[in-house]
Amino acid sequence: MEWIAKLQYYMGFPFVKYALIVAVLTALCSSLLGVILVLRRFSYIGDGLSHVAFGALAVASVLKVTNQMVIILPVTIITAVLLLAGGKNKKLTGDSAIAIYSVGALAIGYLLMNTFSTSANISGDVCTTLFGSTSILTLTGEQVTLCIVLSIITVLVFVLFYNRIFMVTFDESFAKASGINTAAYQTLIAVITAMVIVLAMNLVGSLLITALLVFPVLSAMRVFQSFRGVIVYSAVLSIFGAVTGILVSILASTPVGSTIVIFDLILFLIHCGIGSLKGE
Amino acid sequence: MAYITCTDLAVGYSPYIVAKEINFEINKGDYICVVGENGAGKSTLMKTILHLQSACEGSITLGDGLTPREIGYLPQQTLVQRDFPATVREIVLSGTITKGFGFFYSKEQKQTAENMMEQLHIADLASQSYRQLSGGQQQRVLLARALCATDKLLVLDEPISGLDPSATDELYQLISELNANGTSILMVTHDLNALQYASHVLHVNKDSSLFLERDAYLESKNYIKLNKEESDGMDS
Repeated sequence: MEWIAKLQYYMGFPFVKYALIVAVLTALCSSLLGVILVLRRFSYIGDGLSHVAFGALAVASVLKVTNQMVIILPVTIITAVLLLAGGKNKKLTGDSAIAIYSVGALAIGYLLMNTFSTSANISGDVCTTLFGSTSILTLTGEQVTLCIVLSIITVLVFVLFYNRIFMVTFDESFAKASGINTAAYQTLIAVITAMVIVLAMNLVGSLLITALLVFPVLSAMRVFQSFRGVIVYSAVLSIFGAVTGILVSILASTPVGSTIVIFDLILFLIHCGIGSLKGE
Repeated sequence: MAYITCTDLAVGYSPYIVAKEINFEINKGDYICVVGENGAGKSTLMKTILHLQSACEGSITLGDGLTPREIGYLPQQTLVQRDFPATVREIVLSGTITKGFGFFYSKEQKQTAENMMEQLHIADLASQSYRQLSGGQQQRVLLARALCATDKLLVLDEPISGLDPSATDELYQLISELNANGTSILMVTHDLNALQYASHVLHVNKDSSLFLERDAYLESKNYIKLNKEESDGMDS
């Protein structure tokens, strides 16, 4: 069993352990949030927000800010709140709003990087940010800690406010009539979504974040009927896909992000099959 | 004192008033149908009564021991709900949230949900998925959820839209039974057949509203006009 030996050899490196920890946690958080986002018809928000984060990253590099998160996080969070928690009487809503933010930020980001970049390999930089080719294998201990803290917050919010999150997602009017502060919960979800997406950019890159948010949920929805079932099972699937994807990418030397997404895609197709066998 | 008294109420999205000079009251045991043309402000009025939006002018007074959380609500169905993965039990249980304080549902809340499912004859559907139910069954689920919050006053917004005639009759029957047991009903409807169950009718218009007992309303010009428009609408 040559590949087991190879795996054991790689496991000896701290960066591989870091990658696995971050992969598991990001997969967990994104699948939890994905359930809400998919059900609220915001499947594409991952893509939109990550492009906004990319734009903010470009601004941060042009300004030569040392800690780029200082710019990226607030910008992404504000956009997420505008998109997810805004009032119903907005002129721009749903998919068109996401499209505007996403494409606008992408264009600004690329323009800035191209015009002001000091790096010799611009297309390489852009490619890394968008597809996250190797960044998960270059994580620092600090980033891992940040990821752990954020994941604990996300899971805690989901456990404690589970009933209220269910109500707000299923029927906003009824939740509001029951005295639930729906705007507060939506803002909370928007803020966490933004943070998880910024985090997930490390894992799969901005273009493939949508896959982490939607594939596990859609797979789980094929086979589970209850909200609780869908949430738990999509978390399990998401973690499974991320871990398998990383291990395979290490062994086969393939890009991490794309490999994870392809595993998620395969899992989705399998669940579609199971779903149609069950006569859904 | 009445459960709810509306005095010179104007509703809309401030500063745009949709309907004004609405005067009526809901007493224990009343069955009030809210009718009016499309866009007359019926749903807006419901949302204002439920405190989902604020009144533009006038006042809404609660009385007879009714608290804002004791108004059960059956909203119009939304796109989100159509393929939502949730069991009947999960949805009905969510109606008890006003009765709990902690993060999780208590035993009493779970019992309330079971009782309501029993009462509305959906207990055998408890573990089934909401998205696989028929339109009539879905409305029963939402009705059970609303009843978990209260049995004093139910506000229903177009409850029969999308239902076939037999499911419509069943739902009307069910609502009448609830009313006979003492629950007050405030129902927005397009369906003038519903008036046969009502005790009062509130006709909402842009400039003024008309609040009459059912029989008096059926003889009013407003009804004759609305009825004519409905049947013309059917023909075209």
